[in-house]
Amino acid sequence: MRARVGWVSLLMILGTAGAMLLGVRYGTVPIGTGDLLALLRGEATEAHHFIVLELRLPRVVMGVLVGGGLALAGAVFQALLRNPLAEPYILGISGGAAAGAVGILALGLASMTSWLLPAAAFGGALLAITLVFGVAASADRRLDVRVLLLSGVVVGAFFSACIALILALSDAPTVRGAILWMMGSLSGATWRTVGIVAAYTLPAALLLLTLARSLNVMAIGEETASYLGTEVERTKRVAYAVASLIAAAGVAFTGVIGFVGLVVPHTVRLLVGPDHRTLLPLSFVAGAGFLTLADLGARTLLAPTEIPIGVITAFVGVPFFLLLLRRSLRA
Amino acid sequence: MKLVTRDLTVRYPGEELPALDGVSMEVLPGTLYAVLGPNGSGKSTLMRALLGTVAIESGEALLGDRPAAAWGRRALAREVGAVGQMESVAFPITVRELVAMGRYPHLGPLRREGAADRRAIQDALERCDALRLEGREVGTLSGGEYQRVRVARALAQEPKALVLDEPTASLDIRHEMEILRLLRRSADQGITVLLITHNLNLAARFADRLLLLACGRVAVEGTAEEVLDASILERVYGWPVRIRPDPDTGVPQVTPEG
Repeated sequence: MRARVGWVSLLMILGTAGAMLLGVRYGTVPIGTGDLLALLRGEATEAHHFIVLELRLPRVVMGVLVGGGLALAGAVFQALLRNPLAEPYILGISGGAAAGAVGILALGLASMTSWLLPAAAFGGALLAITLVFGVAASADRRLDVRVLLLSGVVVGAFFSACIALILALSDAPTVRGAILWMMGSLSGATWRTVGIVAAYTLPAALLLLTLARSLNVMAIGEETASYLGTEVERTKRVAYAVASLIAAAGVAFTGVIGFVGLVVPHTVRLLVGPDHRTLLPLSFVAGAGFLTLADLGARTLLAPTEIPIGVITAFVGVPFFLLLLRRSLRA
Repeated sequence: MKLVTRDLTVRYPGEELPALDGVSMEVLPGTLYAVLGPNGSGKSTLMRALLGTVAIESGEALLGDRPAAAWGRRALAREVGAVGQMESVAFPITVRELVAMGRYPHLGPLRREGAADRRAIQDALERCDALRLEGREVGTLSGGEYQRVRVARALAQEPKALVLDEPTASLDIRHEMEILRLLRRSADQGITVLLITHNLNLAARFADRLLLLACGRVAVEGTAEEVLDASILERVYGWPVRIRPDPDTGVPQVTPEG
């Protein structure tokens, strides 16, 4: 297993680096290796300079941050909730964020300032996180993960109802805009938004990586985990809050991108086993590569029309995962 | 390390009757102390209260000189190894990985396993006759094998005290005897051992002192001769028993009548 972990890690890192390179090279305007080298030497044309450094690179880096963050958060949620169906949005985050974003779109405020939409989405996500946490933590001093899961799903359903109400009262273009937002896109990425997402995602990801061994021990039950020296309550609270924050930061700037947080951690677990010390970092790497490739597909497959990235992640991720699942059951 | 409770009362939220009602006991270093009692008499609650996983209503429970809450969980787990009753593994892991978790309190979140850790794991597996199970996935073990592996994990903690909740349930006689002799030897080496068990006869044979709980209260506490009294046992268990000394050792042994 250890040798295999080494190989899989190496392949994933190379694969993700390759995906990033492809993401920079391909698009409506193809950019060759020679052009990229010219760019590095500072001899590129102004157009190439702009396309690579201001359009594609921020988008690729956004894909890395959001894809990696979602996959990592998904792996943490699956461990925390002891539920294989868990993913970063399961506790109402997507519902809260979408309600905020759709509200802004319906009020026609999105074009007023570019900050309003992500701020409202982030606010909605934070509201959902706070609500769910408040319910789950108030029942007792201990945080019951079953209550967490249940209140998350219920809060999510409530926000879905809010979205349905807003959409029912909106005109057709607003509904279309809202649906596209809810399917996710990296097209709005700029260095400023990338900076903000990075400021949330990177420290949060590092913090989650330090929880790996505690999550391993907690997989054998909370009581035993405390006998083995884990601060179970603190670990649960930190894992929930930090993984949620990663999802919220991503969703605010890129919309709801499904399946990455569900499929990637399971795929990595099937490949390298359930030890969170390898599962968590490799989920980040694999999620980063996967979303970067999905975005490349979203912009190039039906160019100049852009496909919502959530469609690509589902179309590619789901069959691939089902195949892998079948193979692992046969083995 | 001394394990002490004084007038310990525990009540689960919403319950009218306390699960433990004024229980006092003292387990000295180097002794094997058996806690007995019918189902639901509060044995596991006593363990949880001592280890700080249920809230105490009144009285105190001390590990060494302080209650569980005053220890950090990690510091406590370096001193006290505990095996509870229920456990379910959420992901498939091997026996080696499960026993290695006993080193968690020594390693913390980031340090890598060193030679001393590997020796402790190996040694613990060996002492519980689980060495050949090392590579097996935990989900494929029999009930008895799993019990031994869990005891091995507690030993891998290299604790000064062991608290075990029915560690020999579902073990065959050979492995039950091996675990009890292991606990006896650990006690003789100076470790404090608190053993919850239903096996009155083996408790009488191996333990230094016995505590019999009934409905959350201490029915009787003392040596095997003092605790294994026919009239007390009949009252507590609601079943007639006969007590006879073992012809070779003289230790009182219980035979249910009927």
